[in-house]
Amino acid sequence: MMELNWVAGNHCIADVNECMRKVQTLKYAEEACYNGALVIKAFSSGLDIGTCNWTISSSKSRIAYLSSSIFYSLHAMSFDYHSLRGNDLVLFSDFSSMMDTDSSGGLCASQSSMTIDSMNLSDENTSEATINALANTNESSDAMDKLAFICSCAVDSVGNGGSVLIPFGRVGIMLQLLEQMFASLESSSLEVPVFIVSSVAEEMLDFTNVVPEWLCKERQEKLYSGEALFGHAKQIKAKKLHLFPAIHSADLVKMWREPCIVFTPHWSLRLGPVVHLLQRWCQDPNSLLVMEHGTGAELALLPFSPMAMKVLRCSFLSGIMMQELQPLLDFLQPNVILFPKDLPAAHLSSIGSSFSLHPYSENEIMNVPNTRNDHEIKLDKKLALQLLPRMIGEGPIAIARLRGKLELNHGEHILRSCRESLDSSQSHMQLHWGSLDPNLLEKALQKKGIDGSWSANTGANDGIHVFRIANPSSALIEIHAMYTIISSADETLSSLLVEAVSSVLEGI
Amino acid sequence: MSGPTLSLGAGQEVGKSCVVVSIGGKRIMFDCGLHMGHNDHRRYPDFSRISKSGDFDSALTCVVITHFHLDHIGALVYFTEVCGYNGPIYMTILQPNVWTLFTLLSMAKLCSSLSEKKPYLQYPTKALAPLMLEDSRKLMEEEQFSNDQIKNCMKKVTAVDLKQTVQVDDELQIRAYYAGHFYYALERWKYLSPILVLELSEVMKLTRIKNNPFAKAGAHPIFKLLRLFPVGIAKNTISEVLGAAMFYAKVGDSAIVYTGDYNMTPDRHLGAAQIDPLELDLLITDISDGSVTFYAVLQNDSFMGYTAVLNNGSFMGFAYKELCMLMDDYWERMNLKVPIYFSAVSEFDRSFINASGPCVLFASPGMISGGFSLEVFKQWAPSRKESYCTSGIMEAYAVMAVIVKYSMIFRYCVAGTVGHQLKSDKSTRVHVDKETQVDVRCQIHHLSFSPHTDEKGIMDLIKFLSPKHVMLVHGELPKMVKLKEKIESDLGIKCCYPANNSTVEIASTQSVKINATDSFVQKCLRPNFELSNTVTVSNSDSSSQQCNAALLRRTEGSRVAEGILVMDKTKRAKAVDRDELLPLLGADEHLIGFAYCCPVSLSSSENAQPRKSPTELSNSTPLEEPQHHSHSGSLIHQLFLRLSSKLESEVNIQEFSDRLELESLRVSICSNSNCPYRIESCSEGKSVIFLCCSWSLADEELGWRVIAILRDSDFSTTAFSVN
Repeated sequence: MMELNWVAGNHCIADVNECMRKVQTLKYAEEACYNGALVIKAFSSGLDIGTCNWTISSSKSRIAYLSSSIFYSLHAMSFDYHSLRGNDLVLFSDFSSMMDTDSSGGLCASQSSMTIDSMNLSDENTSEATINALANTNESSDAMDKLAFICSCAVDSVGNGGSVLIPFGRVGIMLQLLEQMFASLESSSLEVPVFIVSSVAEEMLDFTNVVPEWLCKERQEKLYSGEALFGHAKQIKAKKLHLFPAIHSADLVKMWREPCIVFTPHWSLRLGPVVHLLQRWCQDPNSLLVMEHGTGAELALLPFSPMAMKVLRCSFLSGIMMQELQPLLDFLQPNVILFPKDLPAAHLSSIGSSFSLHPYSENEIMNVPNTRNDHEIKLDKKLALQLLPRMIGEGPIAIARLRGKLELNHGEHILRSCRESLDSSQSHMQLHWGSLDPNLLEKALQKKGIDGSWSANTGANDGIHVFRIANPSSALIEIHAMYTIISSADETLSSLLVEAVSSVLEGI
Repeated sequence: MSGPTLSLGAGQEVGKSCVVVSIGGKRIMFDCGLHMGHNDHRRYPDFSRISKSGDFDSALTCVVITHFHLDHIGALVYFTEVCGYNGPIYMTILQPNVWTLFTLLSMAKLCSSLSEKKPYLQYPTKALAPLMLEDSRKLMEEEQFSNDQIKNCMKKVTAVDLKQTVQVDDELQIRAYYAGHFYYALERWKYLSPILVLELSEVMKLTRIKNNPFAKAGAHPIFKLLRLFPVGIAKNTISEVLGAAMFYAKVGDSAIVYTGDYNMTPDRHLGAAQIDPLELDLLITDISDGSVTFYAVLQNDSFMGYTAVLNNGSFMGFAYKELCMLMDDYWERMNLKVPIYFSAVSEFDRSFINASGPCVLFASPGMISGGFSLEVFKQWAPSRKESYCTSGIMEAYAVMAVIVKYSMIFRYCVAGTVGHQLKSDKSTRVHVDKETQVDVRCQIHHLSFSPHTDEKGIMDLIKFLSPKHVMLVHGELPKMVKLKEKIESDLGIKCCYPANNSTVEIASTQSVKINATDSFVQKCLRPNFELSNTVTVSNSDSSSQQCNAALLRRTEGSRVAEGILVMDKTKRAKAVDRDELLPLLGADEHLIGFAYCCPVSLSSSENAQPRKSPTELSNSTPLEEPQHHSHSGSLIHQLFLRLSSKLESEVNIQEFSDRLELESLRVSICSNSNCPYRIESCSEGKSVIFLCCSWSLADEELGWRVIAILRDSDFSTTAFSVN
């Protein structure tokens, strides 16, 4: 029933709200602590406004979750790879290379007489080793070129009396496209209205202009110099950009004028105002539909075919480029990399062989190889000074009894001294090893003023020594290879004997 | 070591906050303030104390500014542009609520819509700082630095977000925490209010954004404000202190918090300072009046305003939004028609000053150190009928005063200002400047915050953070002395309040990094059920304890952690569990155990069987065996009952047909007359049975206790016969 409701779209809002209530929001580089043991942090990934990579660290391991990241963005805060450095494990989950099977990125037009050369994204030889070079690849100018190209196509269509329909996917790209579109319209001195039809358009556009902390440096500087973060605010004021919550809004009917440029959801072409507009324009050869590449375009367009409308399919960089991969991983210095099993071989080979690589696949649980066996904990100096280390034999090893209180605070274990004295219940922990030397024991006993003699008859005589004590009272020590038995009727004498035995044995 | 903490300003005084802290080899300057009460070298902190040679870049790791008040930021431009500091400077970026969004939105629009406006706005502290600095520059007689220098200085500032953990370098980490909500007014913001009105629709829109606190709290105060000020008069210059932050700094194990001004009491709409429970060596807390809640006082203020108005006077107060709100409430409730004016220097219609009838005026600056409040003061003060009330908070050098005839209310005013004269002298004649004197005939009220409220916020914060040391800055000496006593007696935390230019050394936590094995950590953190009184409850306990633990940020091992630290010269020391040591050393354990064949006397002689000597028993015929077993079994059972009653439920005693087991202790009837552990020869004639006991070193004490019980026991033989 529940699922049916979901499918039918009923009760969804309540569920979504309820779900969002449970979500704890974080800022970039804010530390969230789970159960005292795990420290979780998010860092900008550069893909879009607010997208992030994660690190999870505990006293035993540090993991970085690397999602689709873009080194240099024209709108969102750029990829903060510095903060991902020094993790033991990188969980590589940038699937962008697996999404498009043909050339990684580029523009292509189809189903129209218009042919557009695919613009190849990859710069010929950018496999520079240094990390600085990574950020300087011409990702941004490339993206700008693409935007300019889309705009010029749009301007052409509008100039021919056709309308342009842009079902948007990524918010950041849409905002940039808006800016670019107005620039193009202005330069070609065309006066066509631009509409955004979406129930959240207004809120979203307002919001994007008040979140400088999520944006790239250039846009932050804009705020500082008193400009709006994105250009759309100006256009709304100038009444060049019109926002409507729905296609049936009364104002929309009043304002509607064709040709026009419309941004509206949904990129699947199955939901929202885009369906109606597409019906209206699909037979107009002058109109243009701008689609994102790799969304199953043929299938999406099927209900509207045969179409006379031009379709421009574009793709934007949506992850780490192949040639960036190795320098990035070299910089991050993980011990172990987990990668998707279906990662293209070319990508895999570009990761390099200096890491321990482990493939993961869907619906399969894998055991993450341990990179560290031990926890890293802190020992309070006060406690460290209380330690009484003793050397073991001649070797370089010394051992000391450790007694304290272990605190787990914000992903860090700290061992502190506790008030209880060291003596209480010490015997509880006593540990001895090695074999007991009868001669040394005899000397130790003599020192304590305990007299006795070795029993001549030691039964089976298989390495068992029995020492009979006569003074101060009768008692017996039976030494076996790996254990010693003390027998005495008197508790005091017995503990003296234990002391003597302990002093001869290696122990702690 | 936290190392020496040098107080360059705000030591036992109010003004020019500037504390330099050495922490783990790093040196951080917290705030870089200006003293408004001085016009000579005392105005700036004595930076030569940081570095004699003037090489501040190598002497300081970074500068951290908590908020944009002049007594916290005023000397920054001097420090960077005149003294030549070029290192990193940090200020806050955004406050976590929509109010900020709204404000930023307004400000951004403000800047774009006011063509001549300078590009000043970025992030709250960073955005507002240049405005403040520019104002202070103008106020000074001889200009120490230019507008360009201000801009240049601001370029060096890095904006940080609240709670964002900033890695200044490999070791130093800083983090900003929300310092609460307090108010401030800025003359330059006179441009803001018409925009506020214009952008009301924007506010309405923003109220729909998720997590909007106002959606819950009802109308945002701004709506009321806007109702309060008709657009024509609304030239107010009020606003909150945006982006004020407390800063946490950590190097290795040493950690400190420097508060700046803060407010621990939430007002009606927005929250109090928020900080995580942190482990701190030192808390440097600001104890100035301005930082504390004045809600109660505001109630009082609006009442004053009310009385003043009733008496046909006017009221001069200070420009807090909260005050406006409260006054508005009063006005509404009492159906008052008396106008309330907000003013900025230039754009105010001055005709009302001499108009008849009562009015309320909010004017700046709050200390009547100049500007419009002084202008009005000069006119109104000599009047007997009307009187004034001025007030300002200590850091509000450019804050407006609110003027109401009849009463004069004071908060803290910096020495040298008219406000301070009025407060301290209660004089009837005030020197406004060298030439001018004003007779004051109006009533003057000085409202000081109740010390209780003052201290409460500070004490709350100290109690919450429980640092090892507290350092008080930015307050007057008597208050510091009092507070120190209170902190030391109530909270048992060491406290100091260094004077300017003095250095305090504070020891800090230090620790050594070691490795620890899984099982060591596991055993240490496992709750110790052995400590709980009843064994049966422990299971249910464990689940509930785990539940609780999941909710806790900090988990503590409920028992003493025991283990062994293995130190190898070549490797990092490693803590291991007891059981892990021997495999690590490649050695085998050598156990030490006890064995003792304990004679137990039998009291009755009627039954032959138990009286049999062990020899007889061992020699008994096979036919007698079962009988013997039944008897020994009954003896074992009797022993079991006895031990159970004596030892109560401390240990779990297991009963078998031929023996009892308690922990490692085994008790069985000894049938071997040559038992090597039969140490004592017993006197003949007494009916005795031998119980052979063995136990390990770990149970040494338990063993001897059981032996003692056995020796005391007098087993009745009737029991044997009955069974």
